[in-house]
Amino acid sequence: MSTSSGPAEERNWTVGLRKRVFGALPPEKLLPDSQPSYVASWIYVFGVLTLSSLAVIIGSGTILALKGPGWWHDSSLGHFFNSVHLWAVELFFFFMVIHLWAKYWMSAWRGGRARVWITGAVTFVIAIPCALTGYISQQNFDAQWISTQAKDAMNSVGIGAFFNLLNFGQIYGYHVFLMPAIVVALVVGHVLLVRRHGVVPPLPLDAELAALGSDPAAVTEEGN
Amino acid sequence: MGYRERTRALDDAARVWKGGYRPYDLVKEASIAVGVITLLAVVLAFLFSSPDERPLTIKGWAHSDPADFVTTALSELDGTSVTASYGPPYNNASDGQHIAFIHLAKWLGVAHPINAPLDYVINPLRSIQGNSTLQQAVATYTQAPAKQQAAWTTAYGKGLAKVNDSVTGVHSLTSASYGPLPTMMDNLLTLAQYGGLDGNLLSNRQFYSTDYTKILMFLADSGFLAARAQSEHLLGTQWGMMNETGSFPGQSWLWLYTFWYQIKPFSTSANADVLVMAIMGVLSVAFILIPFIPGVRDLPRRIPVYKLIWKEHYRSS
Repeated sequence: MSTSSGPAEERNWTVGLRKRVFGALPPEKLLPDSQPSYVASWIYVFGVLTLSSLAVIIGSGTILALKGPGWWHDSSLGHFFNSVHLWAVELFFFFMVIHLWAKYWMSAWRGGRARVWITGAVTFVIAIPCALTGYISQQNFDAQWISTQAKDAMNSVGIGAFFNLLNFGQIYGYHVFLMPAIVVALVVGHVLLVRRHGVVPPLPLDAELAALGSDPAAVTEEGN
Repeated sequence: MGYRERTRALDDAARVWKGGYRPYDLVKEASIAVGVITLLAVVLAFLFSSPDERPLTIKGWAHSDPADFVTTALSELDGTSVTASYGPPYNNASDGQHIAFIHLAKWLGVAHPINAPLDYVINPLRSIQGNSTLQQAVATYTQAPAKQQAAWTTAYGKGLAKVNDSVTGVHSLTSASYGPLPTMMDNLLTLAQYGGLDGNLLSNRQFYSTDYTKILMFLADSGFLAARAQSEHLLGTQWGMMNETGSFPGQSWLWLYTFWYQIKPFSTSANADVLVMAIMGVLSVAFILIPFIPGVRDLPRRIPVYKLIWKEHYRSS
């Protein structure tokens, strides 16, 4: 086995992928031990709180899925885990909404971070039907009512033809696998993009903005 | 500086941070956060639990309100129920909802076929063995001309509307103008009260079944399900889409979806669902694309919430 370099190495897909991944995200960016001095507000906590809520959702949801959809109706322990799952979902949306509002007021898409915003916003949009499938998978009166009411919206745009809210088996599959997989993939992509581009710097004040016309880098250089 | 130049300058200035840094422990922060949220979720679960009201059954419905059950079954038989006249994806009774020339529901077709008279009345009655009187009544009805069937169902419906005692009144309905319907509906009610219809509507060609489409559509056609939902503040007019039974917070993130159903023209439109979905689709795309929408993306600079967020930074710089 040889350790060839040059043209042969350039054609190697594995080498290409390694260069691309570690070029974009070297270890010190992926797992940083320092962060910009302007990251000094409680508002920054809501991102990690959203992620933590998602971790609790997945943990409690995994236990519920392992025991089967009927377990929590007959077991006090099962009901407890269902309650943890429910409240983690409420916390997830609560923290995510605050996080999104905060990022909006920060104009957090600046500096080539549009994809960071887009992945976050799409996560919110996808999390809604993910939660809906959970409410419908409950197998109780809430599930009966919510599914029979929400079906009209799905049917009206044709989605109901392949996303049948009244088919428990289908919706349960969506809820325990497909939708969480999409949400987790989006969140992973979002976090990696944050790590790659860093937390968005502060908006320049009016006086600083005037200076940007002649030197766009002035604010970041003079900001400290 | 023009709008385009200023936007570009703001964008460029945010690309690379060349200022100071401070120590940070990402793993420690994440670990503490997961611990705190786990504890918070556990405390909330202990304090408030979660709702789990037993589902309705056809059996329970037929026992609690026989008149409503038979009225609903009659509407399935004569094709006037919501399900019977729904259109796609259940049948071709109508074109379904649409916006202008866009008929998405119709284009996607009948994916979950329901023949309301057959599925909810005729076939369940045919499944009852050893009752020749009933089978003769079913044959009389199915072989009668449509005009005769309509005359029987109309007359029976009028008699049903006059029933005062829901529990006993249905069985006392007899008149020559009702044709075979009293025999059919009495037997259907009895079948439902013994739980036979729950299984009948759930079963399909295979042993295992997880598809509740037919049984839920039947329940949704009733006044029984809606009455229960109203008592639990779950109707659409009660912002029910974002509510849950009891005092639980429900899906509060659906407030904007629910909002449109409360105002005209959506609250009175036959195409309300597709209109609301279209509006929410457009708003969702706009939300995702905020970084590229002039005006919306500029608002944070005009309303200086950012000065609160980064007040430490501005104070020190």
